[in-house]
Amino acid sequence: MTVTADTSTMTMAGAINEALDEALSADPRVFLLGEDLADPAGGVSGVTSGLSTKHGRERVLDTPISEAAIAGAAIGAALEGRIPVAEIMIMDFITIALDQIVNIAAKARFMSSGRTGCPITVRTASFGGLGSGATHSQSLEAWFMHVPGIKVIVPSTPADAKGLLTACIFDPDPCLFLETVALYGARGEVPSGTHVVELGKADIKRPGRDVTIVCYGRAVIDALQAADQLAGEGIEAEVVDLRTLVPLDVETIMESIGRTRRAVMAHYAVEYAGAGAEIAAQISSKMFGRLDAPVRRVGARFRPIPSARELEAAVFPSTERIAAAARETARYFI
Amino acid sequence: MTTSTKAAPPGAEEVGRELYTKMTLAAACDERLRQGIARGEFAVTIWPSRGQEAIAAGLGAALRKDDRLVTTYRGLHDMICKGVPLKELIGEVLGRTAGASRGKGGTMHITCPEVGVMLTTGIVGAGVPVAVGLALAARQEGSDRVAAVCFGDGATNTGSFHEGMNLASTWQLPVIFVCQNNLFAEMTPIAETMHIDKVADRALAHAMPGYRIDGNDPEAVYQAVSEASERGRSGGGPTLLECVTFRFKGHYMGDPQRYMPPEQLSAAEAADPIPRYRHRLIGAGVLTADEAVELEQWSSRLVQEAIDEVLASPGPDPSELEVDFFADMKGIPA
Ligand SMILES: Cc1ncc(C[n+]2csc(CCOP(=O)(O)OP(=O)(O)O)c2C)c(N)n1
Ligand SMILES: [Mg+2]
Repeated sequence: MTVTADTSTMTMAGAINEALDEALSADPRVFLLGEDLADPAGGVSGVTSGLSTKHGRERVLDTPISEAAIAGAAIGAALEGRIPVAEIMIMDFITIALDQIVNIAAKARFMSSGRTGCPITVRTASFGGLGSGATHSQSLEAWFMHVPGIKVIVPSTPADAKGLLTACIFDPDPCLFLETVALYGARGEVPSGTHVVELGKADIKRPGRDVTIVCYGRAVIDALQAADQLAGEGIEAEVVDLRTLVPLDVETIMESIGRTRRAVMAHYAVEYAGAGAEIAAQISSKMFGRLDAPVRRVGARFRPIPSARELEAAVFPSTERIAAAARETARYFI
Repeated sequence: MTTSTKAAPPGAEEVGRELYTKMTLAAACDERLRQGIARGEFAVTIWPSRGQEAIAAGLGAALRKDDRLVTTYRGLHDMICKGVPLKELIGEVLGRTAGASRGKGGTMHITCPEVGVMLTTGIVGAGVPVAVGLALAARQEGSDRVAAVCFGDGATNTGSFHEGMNLASTWQLPVIFVCQNNLFAEMTPIAETMHIDKVADRALAHAMPGYRIDGNDPEAVYQAVSEASERGRSGGGPTLLECVTFRFKGHYMGDPQRYMPPEQLSAAEAADPIPRYRHRLIGAGVLTADEAVELEQWSSRLVQEAIDEVLASPGPDPSELEVDFFADMKGIPA
């Protein structure tokens, strides 16, 4: 991680904006495309605010509501060596672009035996937790983990968002960069100037000796709060923020669990066949005989996400559910 | 409210009253929900239809009760005018058990098959091919009912729209494609996302009749939908209607509309379809000024009564998550 001396406090949305701004300035091949990106809208959540004014509408392209064409046009430009950053406004809408991403972008380098590459970044956002209902709240990252050929990145802090997005944009392969709307307003220190976080490196957000909570995205915030609560009960939880699901930092995960011998997986995506299932399986086979408790998972319930607030809350994970799982795991005795 | 069963077409006066009643009811509901959201009474959002009532009224009055309707997140007016009970509609918006889906669906996902509302979508364009399927089923069943689908100008840029139009035309199915062209898609004006003058021209690509009509004139809409349904019922195939209108309150409730030229908004508000039609009916002697006021008050009362009933109904219990998921829950993850 390149850390310059200067930092400033900004929101996650601001950090993403800064990464895009700096990438546009750094390389003339970089361009953005998506719905409502250009000013005065500057994106539905304001994330791209000011970029079209500064870099011009030729490089910050407003598109029609045509997700397949957004992804496809990004891919085509990437095959020619341009560096597109496509935005799919809400992750649920990526369903419409899946053919392009899954059948073309993910396979371009392999199928052409390296004669073409596909350096696209697809930025999208999970809108869960806002009461928007079943078609505007999903976290579908496990689908992309399941398709060989796409990197999957989910930041939890403003600094990581800037550094990881910069890495994605200049990565030679397709990257899915998943943002979390509920975290857009979260503030943090962000390095000024070029800041790159290497893909495939997890980050221990809090050290602890009793149990490892492996998590990413919004669940990191809950896990840190859960760890605070547990500390009051004498349980020291280590919080490992994966940051990237593909490539996966297996080494950091196993090293942490080698010390704590207890692991909990946490994410906002559906628990069933989610990212945690793959990681839990790897932990179970690699750490067989060295675990003091079964690996537990906390994720969303296996239901479409309901709209009414009290029902939505009953489906998603929470600080309490993560704390309970970590507590039980830490106190588990064979 | 008069029902829209059209065994024998009512006289012009009756239609005028019905259209005006529908318009005031849709506006009263939109107004009251926005008021409640603005003063913190309801913690939800809506996509206001204020300004587009003439289309919904013309459509609802021209269709039979058994005709089908597919609409969108901005479709509360369409559903009210098709006869969805206010209690079910408002109940779903507010996420209570009185709602059409007991709070599971939310504003963007309301269904009321008893009056023909088979689907509401939050995914732009997604409803279009579904309406084709509804019409196909009607033909397979030997019914002469038609399927209408409402969508915005922006939706006509989706693949789903073009695929659905082609299929309906190829199979000559009784579909009425109703584009509520309010000149904006979220924050982006129509001219930035399509290179054609009229959405209606999109019908040419499918050798389908396509008409641009004044979407602020309920009688023009009524007339056009009546002709289109006649054509559909008698085997003449689908029709595209582009109803030009405007949305006065922005994309979503609370939208600051920074993208909106003030003179465009004030010109549109000056052409508000409700006072315009009231004036016309009074001038034609169909309605007295007093009757118009009474109708408006009656609409507001009806909406308030529905809200009272909804708020008296309990919020959904988490046990809702265990029902109406799969018909058979055997082997389904908890
Ligand atoms: C497939 C898809 N892409 C993007 C969105 C986000 N979105 C919601 S409404 C909207 C604009 C739709 O414009 P239009 O079809 O004209 O309907 P209006 O809202 O003006 O009634 C957009 C882009 C979405 N819901 N679905
Ligand atoms: Mg529109």
